[in-house]
This record gives sequence, C-alpha cells and structure tokens, in this order.
Amino acid sequence: MNTATNMQNQSTALSISPRLAKNVRRNIKERVIELILMLAALSAVFTTFAIVAILLYESLGFFKVVSLVEFFTSTEWTPLFEDAHYGIMPLVSGTLTTSAVALAVAVPVGTIGAIYLSEFASHKVREIVKPMLELLVGVPTIAFGYFALLFITPLLQKVFPELPGFNMLSAGIVMGVMIVPYIASVAEDAMRAVPMSMREGSYAMGATRFQTAIRVVTPAAVSGIVAAYILAISRAVGETMVVAVAAGQQPILTFNPMDGAATITAYIVQVAMGDLPHGSIGYQSIFAAGLVLFALTLGFNIIGHVVRKKFREQY
Amino acid sequence: MINATPALKAESRDLNFFYSNGNQALKSVNMPLYENKITALIGPSGCGKSTFLRCFNRMHDLYPGNKYEGKIVMHPDNTNILEAGVDPIEVRMRISMVFQKPNPFPKSIFENVAYGLRVRGEKNKRTVADKVEEALKGAALWNEVKDRQQDLAFNLSGGQQQRLCIARALATDPEIMLFDEPTSALDPIATANIEELMSELKSKLTILVVTHNMQQAARVSDYTAYMYLGEMMEYGDTDTIFTRPTRKETEDYITGKFG
Amino acid sequence: MTTETLKTKASVLENLVAVRAMIRRHKRNDVIFAAIGLIALMLGLLTLLTLFIDLVMDGYPRFNLEFFSNFPSRRAANAGLLSAWVGSLLVMAVTFLTAVPMGVAAGLYLEEYAPKNWFSDLIEINVSNLAGVPSIIYGLLALGLFVYGLGLGESILTAGLTLGLLTLPVVIVSTREAIRGIPVAIREAAYAVGATKWQVVKDHVVKYSQGGILTGVIIGMSRAIGETAPIITIGALTFIAFLPPAPITEVAPFINFEWLSSGFTVLPIQMFNWLSRPDHAFHTNAAATGAIIILLTLLMNGTAIYLRYQIRKNIKW
Repeated sequence: MNTATNMQNQSTALSISPRLAKNVRRNIKERVIELILMLAALSAVFTTFAIVAILLYESLGFFKVVSLVEFFTSTEWTPLFEDAHYGIMPLVSGTLTTSAVALAVAVPVGTIGAIYLSEFASHKVREIVKPMLELLVGVPTIAFGYFALLFITPLLQKVFPELPGFNMLSAGIVMGVMIVPYIASVAEDAMRAVPMSMREGSYAMGATRFQTAIRVVTPAAVSGIVAAYILAISRAVGETMVVAVAAGQQPILTFNPMDGAATITAYIVQVAMGDLPHGSIGYQSIFAAGLVLFALTLGFNIIGHVVRKKFREQY
Repeated sequence: MINATPALKAESRDLNFFYSNGNQALKSVNMPLYENKITALIGPSGCGKSTFLRCFNRMHDLYPGNKYEGKIVMHPDNTNILEAGVDPIEVRMRISMVFQKPNPFPKSIFENVAYGLRVRGEKNKRTVADKVEEALKGAALWNEVKDRQQDLAFNLSGGQQQRLCIARALATDPEIMLFDEPTSALDPIATANIEELMSELKSKLTILVVTHNMQQAARVSDYTAYMYLGEMMEYGDTDTIFTRPTRKETEDYITGKFG
Repeated sequence: MTTETLKTKASVLENLVAVRAMIRRHKRNDVIFAAIGLIALMLGLLTLLTLFIDLVMDGYPRFNLEFFSNFPSRRAANAGLLSAWVGSLLVMAVTFLTAVPMGVAAGLYLEEYAPKNWFSDLIEINVSNLAGVPSIIYGLLALGLFVYGLGLGESILTAGLTLGLLTLPVVIVSTREAIRGIPVAIREAAYAVGATKWQVVKDHVVKYSQGGILTGVIIGMSRAIGETAPIITIGALTFIAFLPPAPITEVAPFINFEWLSSGFTVLPIQMFNWLSRPDHAFHTNAAATGAIIILLTLLMNGTAIYLRYQIRKNIKW
C-alpha cells in the first residue's frame, strides 16, 4: 500500500528471502497495473483539455484578424467571400431558432410523456415503452435529416405553400421529436424521485391520478423537469446533421422559422466539406464557431447538472 | 352522554387483507368505530394495525395486487366501502388521513390546507379562504401562521407541519379522520399539542388512531383495540383494557413484558 | 334524537350523490390524460416507423446485391455502397480497439481504485461533461489534433480514433454501472483467500460484469456507426471509388497496416453525399442507405437492450 515501505522492502528484502522478493515483484506489478488504469481514466481529462486547447489555439489565429467587437456585433457572416464579414450572430440566430422550434415540440410532448410514464403507466407498459424510446435515441441523425428534407418539408409545404425547400421549421420539428425521449426520461426520473408519502397525502385527500400528477408530483419535481429542459436545449444547440441537411446553408440573421438559415453546426459542416487550406482564415473560422458552440452547450450542461443535483439533494 | 351507547359510525366485519406477495396481514378482524369517539389501535410493530387503518381509506388500492375480503360498513348510509363498486376516491373524500411523518406538499401553507377543496373543484375564493382559516384554527395553527400563509410549508417546524397536515385533512369536513402514528416523528411538546388537538376534534368527527405509545392510547382514546399478528386480540373501552384486560397477552403487552 | 339521525343520514346521502357525480367528472380527465400521454409517447415511435417505411419505399429500387458490390458512380442507378460499408467496418474496428480497452480500464480505475479526492472528482466531472459535448466538436478536435497536429491525415485511423473518443464516455459509464452491481461480499471472499487487488478485479469484477459492459459497448458502437458530423469535419472525402489495402496479406508478415492511413468513406457520409446532390435520382440511393443504417442500429440497440433485460432477469445477488 505504502510506496515508501515498498521501496524499503525492495532494497533490503531481495537479499533476505525469495518469498519476500516474490511479494515485492507482485507489489510492483500491482502498482504498474494501477498506473495503466489511471492513465486510461486520465484520457477523459486529456480529451477535455485537448478540445479546449485546439478550439482556443485555432480561434486565437482567427481573433488576430477579427476583432471581438465585430465577431459579436456584425450582422453578416461571410468569411469565404471577397468582402468578408465575421459576425457570428446570423449563425447564433439560426441555432437558437431551430432549437426553439425543437423545444416547442419536445417540451410539451416530453413532459406529458414523462407524467404518463411516471404516474399513469402500469409496470408492463413502462417495460415496453422505455426500451422503445431508447431505440429512438439510437437512430442516426442523418436519417432524421433525410426525413426532415424529403418528408416533413413537402408535408408542411401543403399547408404553407410559400415555405422554401430548406427551412428551419421542418428541421426544428424533427429535432424536437428526436429530443422527446431525453426530456421524457430525465423528467420521469425526477418525478419518480418524489417520495411516495407525498402522493399518498394527495390520494388520501380524494385526489384523482391526474390531480395528484399535476398538482403535487409535477410541482414537487419541477427543478428536475427544468434540468431536463436545459439538457435538451444543449442537445438541440449541438445537433448537426438534421439542420445541415434540411435547414439551409445561408447565414441569415433571422428568427423566422419559415426561413432557411444556417446554424453554427451547419456552417462547420459546410466549410469542412469544401477544400480550405489549413491555417486560412476560413479554416480558423470553424474553430471560432466551434468555440461558441462549445461554450453554449457547456453552459447549458453545467446549469442543467447543477439544477438536477440540487433537486436530488432535496429528498 | 356518559351512559348512553354512542352511535356506530363504522365497523369492520370479518375483514381479511392480503398483500400482493400473498401475505395475509389481517385475519377476520371485527371492530366497531363509535361516532365522536377516539379509538386507538395498539400492538407490537408488524401486528397489522397500520394495515388495518389504511383499509379505511382504501390506501392499499394504490399498489397493485393487494386484496380485501370482508366488509367495512359506514353508517348511517350502510355503505360497504370495500365493495368493488365503491370508488376509493369517494371513500377518501369522506375519511381523511394524517400520516406518520408530516407530508406537506411543496406548496404554500394556504395551498396545502386548500388542497382538498381544490381537488373537489371549489372555485369560490371567499369560501376557500374561510375554510382554510377555519381548518387552521381547528388545527391550532392559525395564530402561528395567519400572517405568513403564503410561505412554503417546508419552512414550518415538524410539529407545525403535522398540525398543517391535520388542518389539510380537516378542511373538507371529513366524517372520520385516521391518524397513523401521528406523533412518532415529533418531540414531546409537539406530541402533547397534537394529543390535545385530537381530544378537541372528536366533538366534530370520529377518530381512529394507530399508536405504538401505550401512554398515548391511555391518554387520548375512549376505546382501545389490541392487535397481534393480524388478529384483533381484545377490544374494549380504554379504562377496561388498561386496568382489567381479559386476555393474558394484552396484559403482557400493556405491562411491557413483551413487545 | 331520532329525527336528528335521520336528517344526518339524508344529508350524508345527498352529499354522496354530489360526490359521486364529481368523481365521475374528474375521472374523465384521468382517462383523457392517459390517452394523450400514450399518444405523446407513441409520437416518437410513429415518426420512427414512418421514417423507416419512407426510406424503404424511396430506396426500394436499390435493394439488390449490386448496390453492395458497386463503387459510387456518376450514374445513380449504378452507384453502390462497396467502399462505404468496407470503410465503416474498418473504422469501427479502430474505434472498437480504442474505446473498449480504454473505456473499460477507465471504468475499472474509477470504480475500484480511485481514492475519494479532488483528482477523482476531476476525472468524473470530465467524463460526464464529455458525454454532453456535441459530436461535431469531436470532429474539430480531430481536425486540429489528428489530421494536422499529428499529421495522420484524413485517414481511417483518424476517423476511428475520433469515434473512439466519442464512444469512450458511453463505455466508461456502462462499465461503472455494471461493476457497481457486484456486491462487496464477493470481493471480500476473493481477498480472504489471498488474492491481490488486480486478481480480484480481473478474475471477479470484470468477469461478473462483462455482460453489462458488452451492453454498453454495443450501444456505443451503434452510436459510432451512425455518426456523420465528426467524420465530415475531419474532411473525409466523399467520392471514394477504391478500397483500402487489405489488412491481411498473402505474404509474410500477413498483416498489413497500410489501410490505417488510407482515405475512406463510411455509410452515413455516403448517404449525406447522395442526399446533398441536386439530382433526385441519388436520393433513392440515400434512402436505401438510410434504411440500411437504421436497420443496423436498431438491430444493435435491440440486441443490447435484450441483453440487459436478460442480465437483470438472471441476476443472482
């Protein structure tokens, strides 16, 4: 256990007895194995640091050319044009709009689903529905991109004939359906953590299932449910393929979901598909965009985890 | 009053109860519940007294697989509240319950007490406010909370929370009130408050209380039932049970030889 | 006294009639909400079903053997998946060899070895944080680090390592969950007969949790096989009409590592490529590819879920 003692053993024991020497060898082997396992665990730390380092390093080159003021205030994003502008806001607006549409779908559907799973569904129904939701989570997002572009958009165009072929509405809706299982499962966890005594208190007053679920369990689990929403925002913001395929490629400062517009992720995909020389301002611009994306998702994730942890401590 | 036989409010007849795992927790229990009286259930832990209490508001219906046999008849309407056709919600609207540990909702003091009225669809603000005040007074909590009814109920002390739960149960004018070891989580002063409260409440309703504390049963109840291993061993007026029990087992339990 | 009781009885009965009517009304809400709840949950599954049927119907003309044995082509009807499925297979091999040993080792360290201090907390925070990082960010990491920093280029090795890092948190988390299920008593029994820590871990902890670990590995691999964004970001070429050098050769030393540095494409990239073509004939190819990818991931996830179900059912402690 103690390194100092081991070392001492090593120096004196070898000459004393073969049995002790065997112990020493065994101890060394144990230490080496522990070290290897620790290095593997450290890979997680390394990855995080590498992500931050790479994003910062390449962005630094970008911000040598582009001022932070322009980055955050200019309303045009055209790094690849002759007349280049570097305002991130059009990409942020696209990201926020698609995410807002997704949440408008996923929050009500996911919350209702969670309440149903936690308070209404029988054990049997839960055992069937939950794995199915897991299957839904496993579907590759590129397939959903196809669905948004070639199924949902034509469908929406029957209702809104003026809707362009690339639009944030259709991408947002499909993203929303993708996110439903996340909200449903995190919110359900929060509701099931509400102590049974609280439900009994409500039922003892003559409340129905619905009344108990809406008036007691949901308010009691509210911070856990909010955490689910925040984690869902983070997923929506980072989602790539659906928006890259269906939302459009033009960086336009708009919050109208009926428009087509590029998101941060769609821009990165668009540039990466082209053939930009390493070290050019266009190349660096995707790291600057990535840095903004990373900061956004990290922020939402941290808030979400803090809210969730706080909720867990409550009971 | 002293000599007249009190009116019967409810009675259990040959009540058997089985948990979903097949365990029989109650064996042919017969017991009357007299109107405007306090009946105490005593017995060692695991004897089925809480299980018996929770039959009265069909709490066992919340968990699938539990099964009742026999009857609990309520008077004066002669309804068997265990009958399949009787909705447990209807039973709970007539019989309210106070739990072992205070279990207020994560709402304001006011909304906790108003909960039963809200559940019953009472919309009139005046009526709700009046009822809440009446219930808080009835639970001897009004003076302590009248100026902070919008505070979160969790901010009250344990004893106050339990009185809040009593107010909550009281606000809907129940016919019977069930108390499941209501003071086991409280300190002696809070316990005394609750006991005093129960004695006051019996003028308005009928009380059935489970307690593990024999002094408490002796102090507050008019009738006492001793249960053991799911059976009703002895039932009688409290004085008799505590001074001249007819069964040896009851005497052993009361004198602390066992339990 | 008698009239008094009668009056009470009348009022109780009257009250009961009102109460019963109210309960009927309230219970209607229960039924309505239960229906809406079930529909809400079914919405996702319905979408998945519609999506799959849509893909199968759109891609139907491509479901033949040539589609799997042809290279991509300028003509949609002749374009096939050969280079894509071979590429997916090779990339997955690298991903598997990176994520599984590293993830299991990290899980073992965190559950069995790590002391309770700031250092372990740091690792834990990083693992849970990484699970929430968008996949495209891993692509940027790979572009900066593997492609240019280490000079690995747009190769199978780069793609495999990238997806390996992406899968790592999944493997770590599921390894830890599987290990946590093993009672302390089993470890103590092994220590009591004189086993060293590593012997306990290797002979007991890993052995009894391998089913749970396998479940996590399958889920991680199925996620990796459908990942598109990070692969695009590292700049993978999308028109690949050749196969990487074979990993196994006929002459000594029989194993060849050249394939690792070869250019490649994978199934989802090929689908994205076809999907972004203006020529609608290629959408048929994209649909067929999409159907295949979905089928593949559903099969993998289904296997994992079934496996987990079996493990839970057969648990002995």
